[in-house]
Amino acid sequence: MIDVLYFAWVRERIGVPREQVDTTAATVADLVEELKAREPRYEAAFADLRALRVALDQELSDFDASLAGVREVAFFPPMTGG
Amino acid sequence: MEIRVQEDRFDPGAELNAFSATVSGAGAVVSFTGVVRDVDGGLVAMEIEHYPGMTTKAIAGIADEAARRWSLADVLVIHRYSRLAPGENIMMVATASRHRADAFAAAEYLMDYLKSRAPFWKKEVTRDGAGWVAARDEDEDALTRW
Repeated sequence: MIDVLYFAWVRERIGVPREQVDTTAATVADLVEELKAREPRYEAAFADLRALRVALDQELSDFDASLAGVREVAFFPPMTGG
Repeated sequence: MEIRVQEDRFDPGAELNAFSATVSGAGAVVSFTGVVRDVDGGLVAMEIEHYPGMTTKAIAGIADEAARRWSLADVLVIHRYSRLAPGENIMMVATASRHRADAFAAAEYLMDYLKSRAPFWKKEVTRDGAGWVAARDEDEDALTRW
């Protein structure tokens, strides 16, 4: 089980801020494919990965990264702080 | 180093005085305050969302890097989240150093990185509706100068 978090418009498109996902995905990209195959709302959120960022256990990472040992994955658009 | 991520309002003047009072040996204190801007009078609110588990850690990482690059006596970062009205303060950065060049450079560095590497997202609520603020290419490009 892995905790998956969504922020900003990704959260709005998927409809929940976080969920637990039972997955055997090896990489972030694999997890995204699994989610997209589930329901159209995931397809809508993950349509363009260039518009998304990912953090693994609260550290910025990338879609090729391994999920081995990872407990929390977060998906969000580019940040707009400041 | 002090990093505060909070919902509540803050008083930039009082924060700056408190910050200046605690740094010793600093000849320069630089500060920046970010304010909710209402350019054409149509903004109702700015909603700021963040990633609680990551925000403080990400800002600390940015501040640590600033302290590694420049000689700083101290750093303060305050960043708010929740729903803010036009004219409210969003965030502030203060840096203290022996000479002004380090304080200015570190403050600019912190601002550039907070903009696109701290996990905050802004949503503008206007009279016509609401929309997420898109990250600007210029903000990403600004990081390459460091």
